[in-house]
Amino acid sequence: MDYKDYYKTLNVDRKATQDEIKRAYRKLARKYHPDVSKETDAELKFKDLGEAYEVLKDPEKRVAYDQLGSNWNAQQGFKPPPDWGSGFEFHGAPRGGGSQQGFSDFFESLFGQAGRSGGSGRGFHMQGEDHHAKILVDLEDSYRGATRSISLQMPEVTPDGHVVSRSRTLKVSIPKGIRQGQQIRLSGQGAKGQGSGKAGDLYLEIEFNPHRYYRVEGADVYLELPVAPWEAALGATVKVPTPSGAIDLKIPANSRAGKKLRLKGRGIPAKTPGDLYLVLQIALPPADDEKSREFYKRMQEEIKFDPRASMEVA
Amino acid sequence: MSGERNGERILVGEVLEEGYLVSLAELCRSCTVETQTITTLVTEGILDPTGEDVEHWRFTISSLKRVKTVIHLQRDLGVNLAGAALALELLDRIAELERS
Repeated sequence: MDYKDYYKTLNVDRKATQDEIKRAYRKLARKYHPDVSKETDAELKFKDLGEAYEVLKDPEKRVAYDQLGSNWNAQQGFKPPPDWGSGFEFHGAPRGGGSQQGFSDFFESLFGQAGRSGGSGRGFHMQGEDHHAKILVDLEDSYRGATRSISLQMPEVTPDGHVVSRSRTLKVSIPKGIRQGQQIRLSGQGAKGQGSGKAGDLYLEIEFNPHRYYRVEGADVYLELPVAPWEAALGATVKVPTPSGAIDLKIPANSRAGKKLRLKGRGIPAKTPGDLYLVLQIALPPADDEKSREFYKRMQEEIKFDPRASMEVA
Repeated sequence: MSGERNGERILVGEVLEEGYLVSLAELCRSCTVETQTITTLVTEGILDPTGEDVEHWRFTISSLKRVKTVIHLQRDLGVNLAGAALALELLDRIAELERS
């Protein structure tokens, strides 16, 4: 077991006042709170902060913890001294103190159950809390259906009453036609119940991974489709990608940029299937050699065309 | 509910539409909070249920997560309800900006 330097975790001096400790904790907690933070390891950091604060905010626990300071040897790992705990009385605060998540073995060996605030009542039966998580899926998953793995950090109570944080991986079936904003409820996959209460549920909020060229709105899918000026002007049949595979698309003659072509029912295959919209974008061939420059000049001379005719600036 | 494929357990859940609604009792159960907590959140304008009276209140599925976020922020950061509500709205806005 490793010794934990709670002062370092909160980035405060060992001589810090209780007010300074509170300030440091609040500041870091705002930064790493899992509901707010974008930091990748926020969950873990926040847990460490909570544990450090749990000890240092309580003058009794802090004094006891300070006494360990000089007595441990980093090479041998940490073991509580044999007389640990004698002469101290740890009052567990009765109300919730942010410790949903399990504290480290280090904490448990020093302060055990009595030290943790917000412990569970005995002889009490209640259904476990529901949990929430986000699951990222690809648009293509929604067209075909898929299986995705999701890793979750879950607090778990061991048979001897300790709370540990356990990472578990679930394989979840992503049904065909799933859309962003929908949720998948997995019954019994939330927090364990207390006493004989049954486990809570796990809600997975569906979010699509951003796609290189598709954009999704509800069940409709949009694709900005580049076409050559002559394809738009003369009409053409071109190969275009769709999430369900490439298709041949007929572009009508005299199509303008921004024109929307709707492929009915080729959006997300939901109960009411969405549509696929192809939004035409006219791509300009570069005039980067003599031949193409010549060609543009000929167009300039031979085609009477003022793109700003409607702006009354001529 | 679960299916089996290649010996591995694949969980099959129930798909809930965006417009899925839950009652006050279900919301309290899911978040392990008292009715009082929810009515306070409604008074504060953090939750906006449909239905005329408490008995007929129905909450959107996203309320489940919102209630929890508010409770966690209050508990962990020492902010009051109005502060948690403000943070929640700002989080919503960040999410919206990130989507567009």
